[in-house]
Amino acid sequence: MEIISYVFMTIGGLFFFLGGLGVLRMPDTFNRIQAGTKATTLGAFSILIGVAFANPSWTAKIILIIVFIAISNPIGSSVIAKATYKSNNIPDNLVIDDLKDRGEDHDNV
Amino acid sequence: MIEVMDIVVFSLMGFGILFTLVRMIKGPKLSDRVVSLDTFNMIVIGVIVVLASVFKSSLYLDIAIVYAILAFLETVVFSRYLEGKNYGNN
Repeated sequence: MEIISYVFMTIGGLFFFLGGLGVLRMPDTFNRIQAGTKATTLGAFSILIGVAFANPSWTAKIILIIVFIAISNPIGSSVIAKATYKSNNIPDNLVIDDLKDRGEDHDNV
Repeated sequence: MIEVMDIVVFSLMGFGILFTLVRMIKGPKLSDRVVSLDTFNMIVIGVIVVLASVFKSSLYLDIAIVYAILAFLETVVFSRYLEGKNYGNN
């Protein structure tokens, strides 16, 4: 039980490390949103599951945190991406811009 | 109380926090700082949960729940601020 817990916690720490590295090294804002949100969602799930294996009586609270993170993290990512698009912080090397091709201006996203 | 594997997990999360702080300091635009703040909050939730497992105290999990709610609200509020910032320019 201890070994399974530490395996999950090490996987979670590795995903947190890779998420921070992606936020530091990716070239523009949309790539940083990808790296910073997906990697840390999976890392938080792994760490919480590992702690639940180490202490089985805490499972209810840990499931509550997992459900809240699974709901709130994609919403936060979507809100950040929408705000980045609407505030004209678009990177220069963007190849396809479907919202602009559809004839809408930035206020009507 | 603290074993070798705990030190490994804490140092991985600490390097993640260090990278997001570097991006938050030198991020060229405001949206990069908001992204790095979101990642920072999620790593801090992981640190609090691992601390709860190290100290064998279930009270830290309540702090993690409240911190998760406040971090989500904080992300939404900063994004709304960023959204309204350049309204007059286009």
